[in-house]
Amino acid sequence: MKPPTLMRVGVVAVAAVLFMLVLGWWQTRDGDRQAAGILPLPIDQMSFALTDQSGDTVQPKDWLGRPTMVFFGFTWCPDICPTTLSDISIWLEEIGPEADRMNTVLISVDPGRDTPEILGDYLSNFDPRIIGLTGPLPQIEQAVDGFRASFRKVPQDDGDYTMDHTAGVFLFDADGRFVSIIDYHEDYRYAVPKIRRALE
Amino acid sequence: MKRIFATLALIAAAGPALACETVTVGPLEVSQAWSRASIGTARPGVVYLTIRNSGTADDALMSITTPAADMPMLHQTVMTDGVASMPHAMEVPVPAEGQVALEPGGYHAMLMELTQVLEEGETFPVTLTFRDAGKVTIPVTIQNIGASEPTCPSPDE
Repeated sequence: MKPPTLMRVGVVAVAAVLFMLVLGWWQTRDGDRQAAGILPLPIDQMSFALTDQSGDTVQPKDWLGRPTMVFFGFTWCPDICPTTLSDISIWLEEIGPEADRMNTVLISVDPGRDTPEILGDYLSNFDPRIIGLTGPLPQIEQAVDGFRASFRKVPQDDGDYTMDHTAGVFLFDADGRFVSIIDYHEDYRYAVPKIRRALE
Repeated sequence: MKRIFATLALIAAAGPALACETVTVGPLEVSQAWSRASIGTARPGVVYLTIRNSGTADDALMSITTPAADMPMLHQTVMTDGVASMPHAMEVPVPAEGQVALEPGGYHAMLMELTQVLEEGETFPVTLTFRDAGKVTIPVTIQNIGASEPTCPSPDE
């Protein structure tokens, strides 16, 4: 009887240690992220004023009271931005009318080319619930900072330029608290439940 | 009767045969070439496709040309700490007895300086140059601007 008990104790001890290690890693990871300013601010602590495709001014406080989904991009982007927009259109369609009570927002990181009219023209090809925001560069920078995101202008061989930018989709609940990020290329099976969690 | 056959042959040659075409060069097979419709010509376009290599030697896609753009280039979307960048790819490796896909979020051909509006439903030719197998031209199907995958079936299906 003794050896199995000892073994059981051993197994439990190892499991407990592993659990603490994982928990510790998890907590420090989130702690480090918060300390390093990597987690987005709650929406009510963000501050910027941008213009949507209808020409209306949008500030973070306008989003409070509704769950919010935000991502960054630009319309001169050939690969990932149309892909993200089409992914989001598919998610919104899958969620259905419930997604009507959500703010779904694209913030352009390329205000030099993306005027409100150009954004509106481009977004008319995707789900009509997607709002496009642009504005003066300092306001865009302030918005990006609030999400702890980043972007950078990259010159190209033809004299043109492209933009590097944070590719994830940020989710906030109706009180403006950060819920989670949908990473680029995350499986739909995980994306839609994450959005539903923000909708709860 | 003859005329009907002739007409059918013409339709077959000019219509569906152009879209969803699979082309081969040496041991390489290229299929499912697609692009997205463009708004005007100012923004860069994109080409995605699948290359299969039934040979026993590695090859690589070195460059592309197309009348649809003055400056087509191979690029790769790379994620670093959640930030997407799109460096120029010197070549796209095509492994022996394997395949590589130019697909959203990975390798893709970027069409800078479009010479024409890419209209949904139309096709345009793209010529691929491989290091060893040489050149081959494939028609690219222009899909909706919101498309995220090819409508053409994989050659196995």
